[in-house]
Amino acid sequence: MSVKGNEPLTMETFTQGLWKDNPVFVMLLGLCPTLAVTNSAINALAMGLATTFVLICSGFLVSLLRKVIPKQVRIASYIIIIATFVTMADYGIKAISLDLYKALGAFIQLIVVNCIILGRAEAYASKQKPLKAMINGAGMGLGFTIALLSLGVVREILGSGTLFGMHLMPERFQTWSVFVLPPGGFFVLAGWLMLFSWWRERKAQKEVI
Amino acid sequence: MSASASSFKLVSTLGGIAIFSGILLALTYEITEPLIAQNESEALEAAVFEVLPGAVERENYLLDDQGLRKVDAGSLESPNLYAGLNEEGERVGFALPGEARGYADVVRVLYGYDPVRKQIVGLQVLSSNETPGLGDRIEKDVAFRENFTALDASLVHPIETVKHGEKTEPWQIDGISGATVSSKAIGKALSESTEAWIPPLTTALEERP
Repeated sequence: MSVKGNEPLTMETFTQGLWKDNPVFVMLLGLCPTLAVTNSAINALAMGLATTFVLICSGFLVSLLRKVIPKQVRIASYIIIIATFVTMADYGIKAISLDLYKALGAFIQLIVVNCIILGRAEAYASKQKPLKAMINGAGMGLGFTIALLSLGVVREILGSGTLFGMHLMPERFQTWSVFVLPPGGFFVLAGWLMLFSWWRERKAQKEVI
Repeated sequence: MSASASSFKLVSTLGGIAIFSGILLALTYEITEPLIAQNESEALEAAVFEVLPGAVERENYLLDDQGLRKVDAGSLESPNLYAGLNEEGERVGFALPGEARGYADVVRVLYGYDPVRKQIVGLQVLSSNETPGLGDRIEKDVAFRENFTALDASLVHPIETVKHGEKTEPWQIDGISGATVSSKAIGKALSESTEAWIPPLTTALEERP
């Protein structure tokens, strides 16, 4: 990525993570939580929002301290900063809902090692001003949330016949349990990736013509 | 940011970030701790009322070598079983924990025991990881749950799970076909737990009802 740190704050700062560099659909980062906790829409949403919170806060702090942190200990510092916000998100979710906390399990703590966040800290926040780092982090987090939701919604509707816990499908609908199980995660992710790459290819072809 | 930062700078940066992180976490903990404790106690209360029909109030008890005694809120001792009281303040039974290995992970249950009728009067799965659509029917299947409205726990014969439709004795659990391992896990959890808990509980109740 050719980010130098002196570009002005543009819409691109925010939308980069939404579309052009969507962490899941384009960069294929953070696939572990993407596959693991998207068996229902609410899990996907909570995971996405927790990640967004960590991205924004760690982006802000890393960027604020970018001139203080010596190069040799930067990764260690980023990890401490990220781990702090992850633990805060962890307590927060536990305080909001125990059921949600149980459903997300270890994946909240595992946000610490989510490569999207460390990647943003290293490649972006450590070179940019705090405001830009936060906006970019928000965009990336939102892109991640949208990706998780698009998997979660499909998997919940097909696998349990519900959406956010509300019954959606007619009574006679036979649920496809496979979509709630791990293989379903791969199927749905593959479907979305196929759709996205077809989309982008078509767009690229149009531009050539 | 010089390439050869002194060791002091490295240590002090990491130390500073760690201290800041500690303060932030202590603050978060202080704020969320009462909420988390409240959530946990509400979840436990709901489970106790669920397994003891008619219960509207909870009492905490500790059963050990020295017998059965009531644990008041704020006491240093942590309770290991709970009693449910009905609207008239009479004890309707005890909620006891049990666990056994299921198909995917340990299945933890809480069940209601009525010491007068010597029966299990309710059961709730606290945590399980059973296969959605198959094993997880132990949590929702109405016919399976019927087993736990009056299951004999007099210990004349250990509680056991039999194949679906083959229940003939009051201590048998009518299993779910297609969820054999999970229904057997419930049977095992109950038989192990009743054998460990009920004899000392009965003795303690005879001494001091």
